Amino acid sequence: MKGFVDIYGTLFRIHLAVQFQYRAAMAIWLIGRVIEALVFLSVWTAVARSQGGQVGGFSVGDFAAYYIIMMMLGHLTFTWFMYEFEFRIRTGAFSPLLLQPLHPIHRDIAMNLSYKFLTLIIMLPTMVLMIWLFEPVFDLPAWAAWAAVPAVVLAFLMRFFVEWALALVALWTTRTAAANQLYFAALLFFSGQMAPLPLMPEWVQALATALPFRWMLAFPTELLLGRLTPDEALLGLAAQAVWLGLSWGILGVVWSRGVRKYAAVGS
Amino acid sequence: MREGGLSAALKSLVHRRTRKVEAVKEISFTVGQGEIVGFLGPNGAGKTTTLKMLSGLLYPSGGQGRVLEFEPFKREREFLRQITLVMGNRNQLLWDIPVVDSFERNRAIYRIDHREYRQTVEELTDLLDLAELLDKPVRNLSLGERMKCEVAAALLHRPRILFLDEPTIGLDVTMQRRIRDFLSEYNQRYDATVLLTSHYMADVEALCQRVVVIHHGRLLYDGQLAELVRRFSPHKTIVVEMEVSPIEQRTGAQRQVQSDLSAYGEVIDSSEGRVSLRVPKTDTARVVGRLLSEIPVLDLTVEDPPIEDVIEEVFEQG
Repeated sequence: MKGFVDIYGTLFRIHLAVQFQYRAAMAIWLIGRVIEALVFLSVWTAVARSQGGQVGGFSVGDFAAYYIIMMMLGHLTFTWFMYEFEFRIRTGAFSPLLLQPLHPIHRDIAMNLSYKFLTLIIMLPTMVLMIWLFEPVFDLPAWAAWAAVPAVVLAFLMRFFVEWALALVALWTTRTAAANQLYFAALLFFSGQMAPLPLMPEWVQALATALPFRWMLAFPTELLLGRLTPDEALLGLAAQAVWLGLSWGILGVVWSRGVRKYAAVGS
Repeated sequence: MREGGLSAALKSLVHRRTRKVEAVKEISFTVGQGEIVGFLGPNGAGKTTTLKMLSGLLYPSGGQGRVLEFEPFKREREFLRQITLVMGNRNQLLWDIPVVDSFERNRAIYRIDHREYRQTVEELTDLLDLAELLDKPVRNLSLGERMKCEVAAALLHRPRILFLDEPTIGLDVTMQRRIRDFLSEYNQRYDATVLLTSHYMADVEALCQRVVVIHHGRLLYDGQLAELVRRFSPHKTIVVEMEVSPIEQRTGAQRQVQSDLSAYGEVIDSSEGRVSLRVPKTDTARVVGRLLSEIPVLDLTVEDPPIEDVIEEVFEQG
C-alpha cells in the first residue's frame, strides 16, 4: 500500500510537471469545453424564452444550471486515452509500458488526475463567472449534495474503464479514430449533453437508461440539480455500480486478450 | 497481405487474404549467468522478435522460453523487476521534463529503495558522464546524450538480465565506445547477463565472447566469435609490404610487381608498397613460403578477414 501511495504521488507530481509544459494547448482545450457549454446553453435558453420561459419543465435558469453542472462533470470525467492508444501502438510507445512492473492503467489514472487538478484552477473561476453571467437556479437538497459525491466518483471510474477498454481495441486494429467518433456521437446524444434527457422522446430515454451513457453524465447532473427523488438517486447509484462492475470485467477480458494479440508493431 | 495497385486494394475490400509468416522457428539456445551473447543476423532475420519474446512483449505461437525460471509472457512483477529491454530507436524518457524526473518515475514504479536509488544514480552518472545532462529537458539533448540517459534509466533497478536491441544505433564512434565500455563494466560489476543485437561489428567484437547467428528465423551458428571466423571463412588475408625505390616508382615497375602478385592469390587491395592478397586458408602456409622466397618482402602478416566479411559469408551460405 505504501508503495502504491509513493507510485501515485510520484506519477501525479511528474505528470503535473509535464502538463505544465503545455499551458497553451491546455488553455485551448478548456476554451473548447467552455464554448461547447455556451453553445448548448444559448440554444436552449433561446428556445425556452421563445416558448414563454419554459420547455418541458426547464426554465431559463434551469438550463443555465444544467449546462454549467454538465460542463464541470464533463470536465471531471473525460479521458483522452482513446486517441492516445492509437498513437501509443502505432509508434511502439506501448512496449516500454508493458515491460514495467506496474499495470499501465495506474499511470493513466495518475496522469488524468493530475490534469484535472491543474485545470480546475481555471475551470472553477470560469464556473463562478458563468454563474454570475447566466444566473442559474440551483435547488439542491443536502442529501442530494452528499449522494452526488459517490455519483461523481462512480461516473469518473466507469467512464474511465469503458473508455480505456475501448481504447484497447487499438491492439487489434491499430486504427481506431472512426470507432472513437461513433462512441463520442453516442455519448453526446445519450448522456444528456445535447439536450436534457427529460426533453427527449421516450424511446431515446429508454435506450439511454439501458446504455451506460446516462449514468456517466445525465444522472449526476440531474442529481446535482435536485431534480431526482431519493429513490431515483439510489437506483442511479445502483446502475452506476453495475456498469462499473461490468466495465471492469470487460476491461480485464479485453486487456488479457489484447496484449496476447499485441504484435508490437512499429517497435 | 495484398499486392500493390488500386485493383488489388479494391479486391481486398471484399476478400482479405492473410498469410502466416513464421518470424522465428526452431531456435534453441541457453545463456548462462554473466554471459554477454551477441545476436547476429541480417535485417528481418528474427533477432528483435526473439528479444521481444524473451522479454515478454510477444506471445510465442509455439515453443517455450524461460528466463530466470519465469515464463516471460506472463510478465510477473518479480520477472519484470529483474530484466530490461533497451531499443536503440525507442525512448521511454519523458520528452518535456528534465531527465532526472524520468529517473524518479522509474524509482517509484520499480519500487527502488531511496538509498539504493541515490547510489545507483551516482554510479551511472559517473560511468556515463551524465552530470551535465540530468537537469536538462530530454528534448534538448542530442541523440547520443539521450541514448546514454535511456540506458541509465533502463538500468536504475539494476536488472540481472539486459536485452539490448541496437543500443548504439545512430551514435558516433566515441559515443559507441562509451556505451560499450559501460556495458562491459556493468556486466562485470553486477554479473549481469546480456543479450545484444547490433549491426556494428565493433560492438560484438568488443563485448561478446559468444555469438548466435540466425537467418530466416533459423539458427545458423552458436559459439565463440573466433570459431565462427575459423569455420565460416575459408580464406585468409596476407598483407605484403615491399620496398619501393624512387626509380621503380617512376618507371611503374612497382605496378608490375603488384600485378605479378596476382599469381599468388586474389589481390583485394593495393597501395604504395603494400598489397593485400586473399588466399584459401589451406594454401596459406604454402603461399607465404613462396612469397618470402620469391619476392623482396619487407614485412608480411597473415590476418583473418574483417568480421563483417565473414558474417556476410555466413548469411550467403545460410
